[in-house]
Amino acid sequence: MVIVQTEDFDVAEQYQALRATGPATGAIATFTGLVRDFGDQSEVSGLFLEHYPGMTERVIEDLIQQASQRWDIQAVRVIHRVGKLALADQIVFVGIASAHRSDAFAACQFIMDALKTTAPFWKKELAASGDHWVEQKDSDLAQAQQWRNDTT
Amino acid sequence: MTSQSPTVTVRFFARLREHLGTESEQVGIGDQATVNDILATLSERGGRWQELAGDRPVLIAVNQAMAKTSTTLSDGDEVAFFPPVTGG
Repeated sequence: MVIVQTEDFDVAEQYQALRATGPATGAIATFTGLVRDFGDQSEVSGLFLEHYPGMTERVIEDLIQQASQRWDIQAVRVIHRVGKLALADQIVFVGIASAHRSDAFAACQFIMDALKTTAPFWKKELAASGDHWVEQKDSDLAQAQQWRNDTT
Repeated sequence: MTSQSPTVTVRFFARLREHLGTESEQVGIGDQATVNDILATLSERGGRWQELAGDRPVLIAVNQAMAKTSTTLSDGDEVAFFPPVTGG
């Protein structure tokens, strides 16, 4: 399940939905990303997030497909917010239900790492000194690249 | 029988959208046109459009799938140009 929305989301609700997957589920891993108070520049007051409707969802669906082929996972929920977000707001949620924790952890991290470098979202940091578009980070590219080198 | 000349819808996102001052436009294409032809047509306008021929990386999608400058285009295709992605 992939949802891109402006509204906030409730992690407890998402967790319960993953729990409802069935008795074969032995592990649930979740990740939530938040707006923090500094990124490329200091004194960030918030973020504006833009996406490419249609393509964004398609890219994330494809990542879920890749994760399903690589690990034993039973359910995946991805929510990403767009629009204007304030400090400490939730940006992104990835939740995985699996029989085993190792698959749940790995699939969750893979989807987040790959989402950051392939899903068409763009962040603009809002600050009193001026708004600016965030640049892609080499460390994020390196992190995503690890999953290609790692064949386990 | 007459038919309209082939066009593609070109879309821009994020920093590029703001820099170019437009979200989308129709661009005419010739036979065997590639993404590179679109980039050439647009950047030849000069001024802010030269950004598309500059050093900053521009990613390309055709019909909402990642593509290359050599990807060939057909009438009605959607071509998108955008900066490297920064979600999550």
